[in-house]
Amino acid sequence: MNALLPPITSAARRGIDVLEALRGALSALSANLLRSILTALGIFIGVAAVIATVAVGEGARRQVLAQIQSLGANLLIVWGGSATMGGVRLGAGGRSNLAWDDAVAIAREIPEVQVAAGSIRQTFQVVAGNQNWSTTVLATEPDYFIAHEWVADGGRLFSPEEAAGGRKVVILGATVAEMLFAEEDPVGREIRIRQTPFEVIGVMARKGQNPTGQDQDDTVFVPYWTARRSVMGASRANARQVGVISVKVHEGENMAAAEEAIRTLMRQRHRVAANEPDSVSIRNLSDIQATRDASARTLSTLLASVAAVSLLVGGIGVMNIMLVSVTERTREIGLRLAIGARRRDVLAQFLLEAVMLALLGGAAGVLAGIALSHILADVAGWPVLVRADAVLIAVGVSALTGLFFGFWPARRAAHLDPITALRHE
Amino acid sequence: MTALIETTGLTKHYPAGEGVVAALQDVSLAIAPGRFVAAMGPSGSGKSTFLNLIGCLDRPTRGSYRLMDEEVGALSHDRLADLRSRRLGFVFQSFNLLPRADALANVELPLIYRGMPKRLRRERAAAALAAVGLADRMHHRPTQLSGGQQQRVAIARAIVGSPDLILADEPTGALDTRTGLSIMALFQALNRNGVGILMVTHDPDVARFAERVLRFRDGRLIADETQRAANAEAALAGLPEADAAA
Repeated sequence: MNALLPPITSAARRGIDVLEALRGALSALSANLLRSILTALGIFIGVAAVIATVAVGEGARRQVLAQIQSLGANLLIVWGGSATMGGVRLGAGGRSNLAWDDAVAIAREIPEVQVAAGSIRQTFQVVAGNQNWSTTVLATEPDYFIAHEWVADGGRLFSPEEAAGGRKVVILGATVAEMLFAEEDPVGREIRIRQTPFEVIGVMARKGQNPTGQDQDDTVFVPYWTARRSVMGASRANARQVGVISVKVHEGENMAAAEEAIRTLMRQRHRVAANEPDSVSIRNLSDIQATRDASARTLSTLLASVAAVSLLVGGIGVMNIMLVSVTERTREIGLRLAIGARRRDVLAQFLLEAVMLALLGGAAGVLAGIALSHILADVAGWPVLVRADAVLIAVGVSALTGLFFGFWPARRAAHLDPITALRHE
Repeated sequence: MTALIETTGLTKHYPAGEGVVAALQDVSLAIAPGRFVAAMGPSGSGKSTFLNLIGCLDRPTRGSYRLMDEEVGALSHDRLADLRSRRLGFVFQSFNLLPRADALANVELPLIYRGMPKRLRRERAAAALAAVGLADRMHHRPTQLSGGQQQRVAIARAIVGSPDLILADEPTGALDTRTGLSIMALFQALNRNGVGILMVTHDPDVARFAERVLRFRDGRLIADETQRAANAEAALAGLPEADAAA
């Protein structure tokens, strides 16, 4: 219509360039840099705290899980019950009323059971050459290693003949092997338990601590019948006694059903009257795991609440500052509307600023959280694990916070009357 | 020739307390394309309300307003925004430039809302700045420019979208006499190139550069006179040299 500039030919109106909008939002935020930083701080701190605590919690959870798994999956431990001796009630395992034959019966009569291995343990001073070490001697049978999913690292496990008590052989736990033989290979060497010489036929793979902190590798394994004849000089009364029975349930079978079957079987075998308590107690390691999981979940819920509160507070901060910003920039909004911005353009502009503010706070929080996790890992030596999904959720939630708390101020900006806005001082 | 603007019985009432204020009453007129028109009157006379209605910033209570044969009164917010973007340009007394953006970015702003690609936008904005004599000030921020220069940036922003009509609200109100005259000279130059101008002013010294003057009082159009416009260039040349400052 005029000769100054060429006419604009494309009548079609397209959306605003996304990159342009992002640059605009960033420039608006950097115009009030200190204010933007302080506003984002709420979200920053919340996200950083959550990332770090989740990393620590997850690290601890993994550690516990690894410990529990080291004990063996689908494992039930049967303890001698709280027997009564002359009116004195002894605690669980106080005096074992379990016998070798109970283990045999469990393996034979309960279909869910894969293996059942009785074992008994006693502490001895073991000697090899001029070294000696006080350790636990565990008398058991080869099925024990199946139940506990434990393999030999060097040498071999008991042969059937050895298991039947034919030879004086011993398998060393990794800690014992280290204490008695240091760097040397113990297989084929001799150790003495209570003056009795035993031939070392194997060394177990290292299993580490169990969840109660005991070193599972500080043990030597002797065939049950060999031990009963030579070192654990048994009286006639308890010649077939075992301390505990390790029961492995077939994969996929119901642990609770197996447990109940064992209880019932033991009541029969121990001739427990109907009005008396069970003769055995059974520990299901997956119960321990479930308990740990539950406490981890409680912790997670707690963390999530903390995160929610900090994001709420941060979000309110964002809303507050966006309202201030809208008021400060009323004339700018009026101008933008006058020169052709639609309401949705103004809405998008302020919404984008709020989201960027929250998102930058959240992203910085993620970085700080990861850094904090690594510092905790290095300095305090805690096992930490930063999970990618936690990071993604944190970033996503901060963006949503910006969107949610930025909406109302942005809507207010978009619905300003251009005439009033232009006159605003 | 079709009128650029045609109003019939244009009326605007504002609620005030318990009653209403008749800011504009029954204004009927037509303005042809490419004219330089001044709207005069004391404050409260209705001239600003008239400008806001013509500028599609407000909708009339009664009456009809046709812009390029399009009835504006019933349009949605978005359609009004489109009209402002395509057909109109605004110049304000207080410039209303974005302080953080340089001159070029300020002039580009209306084109952003038309979704024009960046390169094209830059070219047009640079051309518009050149047309107002600021080719060498493109990367200055408003605070680095004089009042007259700021108003020129605002005028460049108004013409960058090739509007049919510039709406100017007291464009010289914040400027000294000489600078005000130079802005009037610029308006006349733009007008000679076919840009229509509707300028609101209370100052007869400014209104004399328009070729038609609308006089408002108490919300009514009381006079509509065509006049021989004074030449702003000549008036500028006639000023004493002493206070030379752009």
